Amino acid sequence: MLREKKSFKISIHLTTSLPLPAERDHLRPRIDLIVFMIDIKSKYSLKNVEASLAHVDANFFLGKVCFLVTGVGRVNYCSVEMNAIWKLGEMYCSPVLFCELELEGIRNATAQRLLRMLQICAGHVPGISALSFGTLMRNSTDD
Amino acid sequence: YLFFSLSTPQENTDPQRTAFLLRKQWALYSVTPLYKFCDAHLKDYARLLSAFIAAEKQKGLAVEIGVELDIKVAVSSVPDLKGSDRDQAAILVQLSLRSPASLKNSEEKLVWSGCFCCVFGDHLSENVPEDFTCLPLFLVNGAESYTSLVGSWFQKTFDCCFRRLAISPLNLSWMATMWTGCKVDKSTSAVELIFSVPCQPYPLDISYAIHPEDAKALWDTVQKTPGEITQEEVDVFMDCLYSHFHRHFKIHLSATKLVKVSTAVASAHCDGMIKFLQSKYLTGVLMLLTELAISQIQ
Repeated sequence: MLREKKSFKISIHLTTSLPLPAERDHLRPRIDLIVFMIDIKSKYSLKNVEASLAHVDANFFLGKVCFLVTGVGRVNYCSVEMNAIWKLGEMYCSPVLFCELELEGIRNATAQRLLRMLQICAGHVPGISALSFGTLMRNSTDD
Repeated sequence: YLFFSLSTPQENTDPQRTAFLLRKQWALYSVTPLYKFCDAHLKDYARLLSAFIAAEKQKGLAVEIGVELDIKVAVSSVPDLKGSDRDQAAILVQLSLRSPASLKNSEEKLVWSGCFCCVFGDHLSENVPEDFTCLPLFLVNGAESYTSLVGSWFQKTFDCCFRRLAISPLNLSWMATMWTGCKVDKSTSAVELIFSVPCQPYPLDISYAIHPEDAKALWDTVQKTPGEITQEEVDVFMDCLYSHFHRHFKIHLSATKLVKVSTAVASAHCDGMIKFLQSKYLTGVLMLLTELAISQIQ
């Protein structure tokens, strides 16, 4: 995502679980988008995400959260049931994206998608709010 | 996703006829429907396959180094190996070696077995045109060289496609749960789960063995309706095992890859290998494997 050409500055904070340490709260910039990464090969990653979701303020679920499922290229490594992920997306009203990290093309496409989402969530795209975009994304997956 | 009990009452089936499947390691393949296969022509197929193997040997693709050995091919039907009457009866292919030295006694040594079967494979056979025969599950015991010979003949003759059947950790969890719940007389074999952890320089294997009675007792507290298993129940069962392990060893098994499951009923490996240990549950396990094979084809 950092490598993509863009007209704005982004900062990415990676963490293995939430909540973020309270001591640094006052130093933290505004969070525009939260991407929860679930590795389909690891049941543990799903459990971790489920536990972390509880620490996220409800306002974020108005279009500023999305789930990114990785490892989807190899079906025989699947440790997580797809239904569980769909249900998570539904329960938290957030879109579910899929990505195979090992394939460069998909990796780049996903980075571009996330950047676009980030732009919208940060309010940089006039006429589209995070909430309306989130609704759009969800309706298209329902079809 | 709901699943029903494994042990289906087998009327009119002679366990002796299917006993050849027990206690052997079988490699699993999914097979697409066979075009213009006719079970009245089995003897012809045996002849043709035999000729094919001989021809390949002539070409120098010898399967046995050293002594010229005569390979005898037998293709037979195993009518007891099916689920419902709508299933095609299983087809067994056997390769035996006849050494010239003992031609008098015609001593034959079975060296390779391949079994095509379909157990409750309705949703595949229903959707397939007339000329096709559905036998989506292929079990192999024997050398890989024979497997590729037989496989290529079937592919050429019936325009079908073989693929190694991979079993995901998700499906292995189902098997572990289902087989733990099965009633087995005098079971002394533990329920064993093997996990693979990607590590440098070699992956680490973790083996988790549970006393079968303890495992069954745990499952009995989880299962709500006898004879039915849901995805939630499988998750709860596995989570209990994982938390127990974590409490003792501080390792999250849920972050590793489940690669093998062994119980008194059967043992299965993610690379597509199975060992049937109980004739009572043979049909049940085959039904499961047929289901996996059909998913892989579609």
